[in-house]
Amino acid sequence: MKLAYWMYAGPAHIGTLRVASSFKNVHAIMHAPLGDDYFNVMRSMLERERDFTPVTASIVDRHVLARGSQEKVVDNINRKDKEERPDLIVLTPTCTSSILQEDLQNFVDRASTTSNSDVILADVNHYRVNELQAADRTLEQVVRYYLEKARRQGTLDQSLTKEPSANIIGIFTLGFHNQHDCRELKRLLQDLNIKVNKVIPEGGSVKDLQSLPKAWFNLVPYREIGLMTAIYLEKNFGMPYVSITPMGIVDTAECIRQIQKHVNNLIPNKKVDYEPYIDQQTRFVSQAAWFSRSIDCQNLTGKKAVVFGDATHAASITRILAREMGIRVGCTGTYCKHDTEWFKEQVQGFCDEILTTDDHTEVGDMIARIEPSAIFGTQMERHIGKRLDIPCGVISSPVHIQNFPLGYRPFLGYEGTNQIADLIYNSFTLGMEDHLLEIFGGHDTKEVITKSLSTDTDLTWNYESQLELNKIPGFVRGKIKRNTEKFARQNNITTITVEIMYAAKEALSA
Amino acid sequence: MSNKISETLTFECETGNYHTFCPISCVAWLYQKIEDSFFLVVGTKTCGYFLQNALGVMIFAEPRYAMAELEEGDISAQLNDYKELKRLCLQIKKDRNPSVIIWIGTCTTEIIKMDLEGMAPKLENELGIPIVVARANGLDYAFTQGEDTVLAAMAHRCPEQNTLLDNKKVIQQDSTIQDFFSFLSLEKKEETRNNSSIKSKKHPPLVLFGSLPSTVASQLSSELKRQSVQVSGWLPAQRYTDLPSLGDQVYVCGVNPFLSRTATTLMRRRKCKLIGAPFPIGPDGTRAWIEKICSVFNIKTKDLEQREQQIWENLKDYLDLVRGKSVFFMGDNLLEISLARFLIRCGMIVYEIGIPYLDKRYQAAELLFLQNTCKSMGIPMPRIVEKPDNYNQIQRMRELQPDLAITGMAHANPLEARGINTKWSVEFTFAQIHGFTNARDVLELVTRPLRRNNNLENLGWNDLTKKEKQIKFN
Repeated sequence: MKLAYWMYAGPAHIGTLRVASSFKNVHAIMHAPLGDDYFNVMRSMLERERDFTPVTASIVDRHVLARGSQEKVVDNINRKDKEERPDLIVLTPTCTSSILQEDLQNFVDRASTTSNSDVILADVNHYRVNELQAADRTLEQVVRYYLEKARRQGTLDQSLTKEPSANIIGIFTLGFHNQHDCRELKRLLQDLNIKVNKVIPEGGSVKDLQSLPKAWFNLVPYREIGLMTAIYLEKNFGMPYVSITPMGIVDTAECIRQIQKHVNNLIPNKKVDYEPYIDQQTRFVSQAAWFSRSIDCQNLTGKKAVVFGDATHAASITRILAREMGIRVGCTGTYCKHDTEWFKEQVQGFCDEILTTDDHTEVGDMIARIEPSAIFGTQMERHIGKRLDIPCGVISSPVHIQNFPLGYRPFLGYEGTNQIADLIYNSFTLGMEDHLLEIFGGHDTKEVITKSLSTDTDLTWNYESQLELNKIPGFVRGKIKRNTEKFARQNNITTITVEIMYAAKEALSA
Repeated sequence: MSNKISETLTFECETGNYHTFCPISCVAWLYQKIEDSFFLVVGTKTCGYFLQNALGVMIFAEPRYAMAELEEGDISAQLNDYKELKRLCLQIKKDRNPSVIIWIGTCTTEIIKMDLEGMAPKLENELGIPIVVARANGLDYAFTQGEDTVLAAMAHRCPEQNTLLDNKKVIQQDSTIQDFFSFLSLEKKEETRNNSSIKSKKHPPLVLFGSLPSTVASQLSSELKRQSVQVSGWLPAQRYTDLPSLGDQVYVCGVNPFLSRTATTLMRRRKCKLIGAPFPIGPDGTRAWIEKICSVFNIKTKDLEQREQQIWENLKDYLDLVRGKSVFFMGDNLLEISLARFLIRCGMIVYEIGIPYLDKRYQAAELLFLQNTCKSMGIPMPRIVEKPDNYNQIQRMRELQPDLAITGMAHANPLEARGINTKWSVEFTFAQIHGFTNARDVLELVTRPLRRNNNLENLGWNDLTKKEKQIKFN
């Protein structure tokens, strides 16, 4: 048993459901007790989805516990098959129902015989892997299922597209700025005259998966999801993949060079040269390179930052801070403990310390000890920052409604470099502002305002009403006090009791 | 599928696939209510992630609750549950020193048959802190019923009322005080007489059960005080150490409609007398609730009708907005019957009341009140659907086109996109809705989507889904 207050990565079934519901026309059935289906709430609320989340819980209750699911799961699969006509139904248990050790594969086999949809059981160990690992695994499972099916049926077309083309693998629902990143990646590939063959899983159709091998190479922007699929495709179909995250100017260039290498391996005659494009983008289109040379950024020199997030984002941001903006990174870390080795290798030489943990209190203690000028972390580090009064820029999931902005905010590609530079710059208290704060002692005029508003009062609050007043949350207490006193004056009441407070509320809200 | 609306209350149990929150969510409000408590949820990562996300609460600095996260070794019984829980509870004692630790059992502890009830007394002795066990699992319960399991467990821990002795003492004390005062001036005498007249109506102890924010609890207490009814205690109290005394002389009355287990425990195990009343939600419900309590104590209510009337007067502006509008409850927090009854009284038409679970005995007075309200308002009885099937409900809603759907969070955005106004049912769980004073807050919530849409009406963007999707409506 572990005493846990908060976790960075969710349980395995969340990863599976994120992949399943990212595909078009795929329905997921959860074999789970009432209340375990809060994924629907998360997706609907955070992504502001207009459509019903294609996830149904086949509820495990006391009866199921006593007698087994029997027909229930099979019935629910068949029912969804008729109601929604999905291409694929994915069945998944949760941590809870996986202990029941029911033969879910058997349910899937039985349902497959009657349903028009394909049916698979997500093959994930719910106690050994987290959300991200499960997502990676499920995506690979779905891709493998359809490619093997196509191979069996002889419909697999492995001929490459005429023009250079790529699959983007790993864009999915509830991902950190994934939608914006995807748009930026498409733009980048378009600039390089590379066609986008397929994007999976977000918005992809499982029916199209058999044409994945037609692309010249796979692009895996995030390590957390897609790598298993890319490795499977390399092993079985000889497809090369690029897994350098195009985040920051240096790594975006590196990613493009890798792409160039793969394209030139396959292109028959005229080799491509992307160097002029990289140079043009770096020096003149992206503002980030110029920005870090500009006078504003001088003030970042000597500032210290702390970075924490998933492996992809934390490593990339660390490298951007240290290499591209000259900021010292006191400590960098990730909660992707399963990827520790890769992470260490990536940030070696760019930071003073490395921390890999999934315990947020350890991260909090580290930040308190290092006392950085700014934090770049997850929503948890933002909270830690609030308590310690240190500004924080959010650079990684776990996500929050704030990470689904309506405007265009990619982290990848050349527009991403601008967004990141803005985020970093705005997170520090900077330049002239620094000096002015010292000279004038800040802009805090709260006290003065309160004084001018306060009135000497002829009213007395009795003991109970004072207690009652103290129970009211601070941010409305002042208003309620004023309203009650106003009511008392209007009614010539001099002593305010609890009853008067209620009466005032009723009268004033009327 | 017929959508005919019948003349009498109809109940059906759809036993469908429906979405609601897990009952462990009660931790979110109970830990705030019981200030000296610590809640330990014994469950998996799935449970922890739910608390963290759906309620967004764990993030705060010093939460008085935590997960005892079961890992592979716990599930496969390689580790000793007792030793593990002891280790965690010792740490909690050291870090927070609570007056009580409440173990919240989950689906997982049910499935692996972890004997929390057996371990608690042993560990309690070793630790010197009371440990209360509540099985707030999703196999047996829905959403707010989690509170029911906790209060039922706490009812066992309330001290025994020493009625006879206490009563005598009070009476003796009263008379000596009165004697003493009679030596004073005439005016004082008059006052004492008034006092004694109230005292003469002294009624048996009354304990109210249900977790309410302390302001709302004291509002209800003070409404009863106006009718000379003294509330002798609340379950739960602000502090665990202030649990009310219970016994066969004690009358109990619930303020929440989802507390049927607590009610049963109080009656059967603690021998209390249950006052079965409608629930104090809305001015009508509050009046009926007070009237019922007073009638049990043979107290004639004083100015209660005027009080209710005055509240209705205050609601006028909102009533104009809702009158004649229709509402559909998808079912989530078990407050549905009481809310529907209040909204019908406000002049609304309720098509369907979905509810995860309905205890017809505990809610008997409320159901009767609902029926009478429908009759007196001259509107058809709503259909009550237990364990509804959300998919079917959405089909029904497509036909009925209600003006408002009160729904769980997962369905709100998709329904809004299809032009159906929604209100999150969970808001009624967390908002202050009980008593006369807060009736306005209920309507504030109910009318918000209507008011918002009135503001946006002229833009003409009411349907925000693509055509093909609309045909499918799911």
